[in-house]
Amino acid sequence: MNSSLVIKDLCISIGDRPIVKSLNLEVPKGEVHAIMGLNGSGKSTLAKAIAGHPDYNITSGSVLLDRVEILGMEADERSRKGLFLAFQYPNEVPGVSNANFIRAALQSRLGEGEELEAVAFYERLYEKMDLLEIRREFTARSVNEGFSGGEKKRNEILQMAMLEPSYAVLDETDSGLDIDALKIVATGVNTLRGPNLGVLLITHYQRLLNYIVPDHVHVMMDGRIVKSGGKELALELDERGYDWVKAEEAALA
Amino acid sequence: MSIPKADIDIDRSAGDFSYPEEHTFDAGVGLTEATIDYISGVKEEPEWIREFRQKAYQTFLKKPMPTHWATKDLENIIFDNIRYYLSRGAKPKRTWDEVPEDMKRTFERLGIPEQERKFLAGVEAQFDSEAAYSNIKKAVGDQGVVFVGSTEGLKEHPEIFRKWFGKVIPTSDNKFSALNSAVFSGGSFIYVPPGVKVKHPLQAYFRINAENFGQFERTLIIADEGAEVMYMEGCTAPKFETATLHSAVVELVALKGAKIQYVTVQNWSNNVFNLVTKRGLAMEDAEVKWIDCNIGSRLTMKYPGVVMKGPRARGEVISIALAGNGQHQDTGAKMIHAADDTTSNVISKSISVGSGRATYRGQVTVPKHLKNCKNNTECDALLINPVSRTDTYPAITVRGTKNAMQHEASVSKVSAEQIFYMMSRGLSEGQAMSLAVNGFVNDLVRQFPMEYSVELKRLIDLEMEGSVG
Repeated sequence: MNSSLVIKDLCISIGDRPIVKSLNLEVPKGEVHAIMGLNGSGKSTLAKAIAGHPDYNITSGSVLLDRVEILGMEADERSRKGLFLAFQYPNEVPGVSNANFIRAALQSRLGEGEELEAVAFYERLYEKMDLLEIRREFTARSVNEGFSGGEKKRNEILQMAMLEPSYAVLDETDSGLDIDALKIVATGVNTLRGPNLGVLLITHYQRLLNYIVPDHVHVMMDGRIVKSGGKELALELDERGYDWVKAEEAALA
Repeated sequence: MSIPKADIDIDRSAGDFSYPEEHTFDAGVGLTEATIDYISGVKEEPEWIREFRQKAYQTFLKKPMPTHWATKDLENIIFDNIRYYLSRGAKPKRTWDEVPEDMKRTFERLGIPEQERKFLAGVEAQFDSEAAYSNIKKAVGDQGVVFVGSTEGLKEHPEIFRKWFGKVIPTSDNKFSALNSAVFSGGSFIYVPPGVKVKHPLQAYFRINAENFGQFERTLIIADEGAEVMYMEGCTAPKFETATLHSAVVELVALKGAKIQYVTVQNWSNNVFNLVTKRGLAMEDAEVKWIDCNIGSRLTMKYPGVVMKGPRARGEVISIALAGNGQHQDTGAKMIHAADDTTSNVISKSISVGSGRATYRGQVTVPKHLKNCKNNTECDALLINPVSRTDTYPAITVRGTKNAMQHEASVSKVSAEQIFYMMSRGLSEGQAMSLAVNGFVNDLVRQFPMEYSVELKRLIDLEMEGSVG
């Protein structure tokens, strides 16, 4: 498909250890796909490798963004091409204010000699902050420094809202969130949802999927997608755990 | 936060150009008694100064290099290969139109006349050994403020000049203060009369144009009782293959209740040995504040100091050092408490990039008989690469029981994860580094005058852009 994030036969190693093993997945623009799996199944490795983290070794396969191969690109180029990763553990950038950070990120998308218009930038920033119930003082605070877990996650979604990616990978965005924060984050993501955005939602728990209802659910196990289905699959996993999927796969093998 | 733009390559070379030399006065290569007589002769100086210089030369010969504690790189300075005086005359012009074309173009490229129009109360622009241009705005001059070169200062205002010259930093303070005392030329003499508060900064710009050259400016600033003044200096040199020496002596005197702020933004090319002695004297209720930013040079050794001589005097050093590949920034502060109720504050931030090395040396001295003296020292280092290096050598001597000291030091690193995080938002590796470094120094940069903080951020961006890839 022309407008989609396509992962083909992707193999990823850390050092010599294979983590993701010939994984295939397609996320068309306009859809939300969830990947569920236990700890150590390779979910976060997949997310970081797609975003271009230099420590992950891609041994074979390809990742296409609207038919363009992105695996040879640096992380910043992938971002400017429209890919976004919401981090599981967002980093702190001491001394750099949140507003300036987002501004610099937006500025990096402009051509030579183009300057971001400051007033319009702040109007849009405040609007998105209101949506995510982030207090105004957070514009002046250093990026993620001293933020609570929930504040950090909301800040990731704020950056996503400002950068308007075509594809977003949300890595365990629900971890460490209480129910109120979870609802706020979900509202943010749901507002961004639409025909121009494809979302890959990586999660451990079904809970998040009550609020961000996926179009498709995939189960990841030992570096592979072992089962795909509709949103009801998530409920089934929540009820029955992962063992039955494992057994099913073993029977097939 | 500003992000480097496409004109970055032009900007990078902003200071890296030179015009063919056309010197009327040239003391030749190497240093002898005759060199000193030549310099003194060209300047038509009074006899006492010539004698002062010759005496200083003897001190210079006797003083050892401080290599027992400082870097051995100092041994690579070949004093016999240096040219000690180059000029086209010792009298600076009062208008830019009179300044020789090549010098004028040099300072225009560095943006000096523009800054003068925008926000300065006076400017002195030194080209090699002498100021090519020196001017003070009429309104400031009318208040009785004197802002001239060191030669003019010692000739026209001997009663104030002689009283303080060489008193804050004696000739024998170190080998390089002795060298400066022997061959000094250029620099500023400033006197601010009692109660006069100079609203806008006075600025000096030091430009080295010639190869194998040594620049030895000498600055003396006196703020009389209750006076206030801010002085800013900028410096650049083109990048030559051979080493260039810059060795200044700067003395500040803040009389009762006076305030002096001295701001430096240096951006030497990395062939320059920058060995500078700076010290201020703060009398009763007076304040001396050094704001010091060291970027570039091959080796910088500079420890601005404040001697707090009167009760309730305050001394402050705010310093930022950026040691790029192959550079060594050996900087710090000296706080000498010599009266009761004196307060000093040192905040130093250094960044080491690639094989760059940043060294902090801090001296705090409080003798036993004093009371209610306070010192606060914070020094933070940021390492960019695994091979980068930072060292801290605090020397704190606090005697007696009625004084309070506080020393905090930290070392942090820019982590690969942090850079990845920023890159995943679209910033290039260089931009991400710049942002991390600018963030690290951000709270200090805010203390710089606005025009300089913009320049400083730009310099950091350039330096960091050049350090990756």
